[in-house]
Amino acid sequence: MKFTKDHEWVRVEGDVATVGITKHAADALGDVVFVETPEAGKTVGKGDSFAVVESVKAASDVYAPVSGEVVEGNDALATAPETVNADPEGAGWFAKIRIKDASQIDDLLDQAAYDEYLTSL
Amino acid sequence: MTDEILKTTVLNAAHRALGARMVGFGGYDMPVQYEGVLAEHRWTREHAGLFDVSHMGQCKITGPDAISQFERFVPGDYAILKAGKQKYSLLLNAEGGIMDDLMAGKPDHDGLYVVVNAGNKDADFAFLQAELVEGATLKILDDRALIAIQGPEAAEVMIRHEPVLAEFGFMDCARLMLFGVDCYISRSGYTGEDGYEISVPNADAERIWSTLLEDARVKPIGLGARDSLRLEAGLPLHGHDIDDQTSPVQGALTFALSKSRKEAANFNGADRILKELADGPDRVRVGLSVKEGAPAREGAEIADADGNVIGKVTSGGPSPTLGRNIAMGYVPPAFAELGTDLKVIVRGKAAAAEVVATPFVAQRYYRKPKA
Repeated sequence: MKFTKDHEWVRVEGDVATVGITKHAADALGDVVFVETPEAGKTVGKGDSFAVVESVKAASDVYAPVSGEVVEGNDALATAPETVNADPEGAGWFAKIRIKDASQIDDLLDQAAYDEYLTSL
Repeated sequence: MTDEILKTTVLNAAHRALGARMVGFGGYDMPVQYEGVLAEHRWTREHAGLFDVSHMGQCKITGPDAISQFERFVPGDYAILKAGKQKYSLLLNAEGGIMDDLMAGKPDHDGLYVVVNAGNKDADFAFLQAELVEGATLKILDDRALIAIQGPEAAEVMIRHEPVLAEFGFMDCARLMLFGVDCYISRSGYTGEDGYEISVPNADAERIWSTLLEDARVKPIGLGARDSLRLEAGLPLHGHDIDDQTSPVQGALTFALSKSRKEAANFNGADRILKELADGPDRVRVGLSVKEGAPAREGAEIADADGNVIGKVTSGGPSPTLGRNIAMGYVPPAFAELGTDLKVIVRGKAAAAEVVATPFVAQRYYRKPKA
């Protein structure tokens, strides 16, 4: 699994990246009450806001860690947004993106680098 | 993030010891949540929540002329208010705009005890200091903390400490010895639930806070749940739902205009306010039930059924009690009828909304049976 400094995680299988927000991000948000995930077919650029996650208090953007085409958004989060808190790095995934440029994966943080980044916050 | 230096309440260390997440609010470093906003919200609706609201401004206005001078800026009738009662009111500027909303009461026989909002207190106190003349004196009670206990079990908890509190009805207040010290207490709050607000000496605040938390029915509640609770109760938040441009008529707070005071028309902004009462305001605060999509928060546009923008949301979010999204905002009176179909626009998407009555969740204040 790879990570961004915006607290997204990325799991790569073949040319598809599954993306979600990290446990750290889910804990920091608190109770998630609404999630908007992108529809299949949508083209996203690295760094674009491609999903929204809302706690009781506020709405936050989720940024695409890589460029590509959305293969699938996690529709289950629309009716069960609390999954993001319960299992942020599993069932709480946001979208699967077909990776356009594999080299962007190399720019992401590995677990050790992300953990170190968290301790620096 | 800003570099603003935040003030602290005397309970700051207690919040940190409880693992609270702290945020800046009204110039203070305050707990936004302990366990989580939803759990705290639900606990308050089902049991008893304990809130540190020491950031709010407390003062006394005393002297032989205290009430008549205070009434120049507020539209409530405090002259006829009985001892042992408090009343919600509005501090009005010369244009009839709401500088702040407040609670003022007669807990003892020494003028008025007044509580104002944290973010406005410096301005409020400066205003009163400048406006009050001989015969009325402002005394800021910055030697006191303010603790609220709210929820259906709040009364049982408090009555165990002081049986006389069972005799209090909603909006009753007193100055009495509680926990061995001189307190002001009222049966009121900002959640829609039964409960009390207790003004305690700073030196005793931590002891009293901890004593109340020893009761298994009581949990600490942060500002996050305080906001969602007051939203469900339909209570406006100054600086958001009402401000110094908004009149009491626009703000749907005409209940705060006492009949005798309207007749006398002798308070700040009376001309504008009476004219709006007669002719109707240009816009009015309404409750909205958002029927689909994302929460509509402060700043979201409100549109009519045809999509024409007619107003703005001033606060909104999920209602944990109702399990749907609710909001407050301003629309022209023609769109303010209950049941009017409107839209709220969130991130460019229009979602169906309907004008509904507030409070969204029934208030459960304790009203004493009439003797």
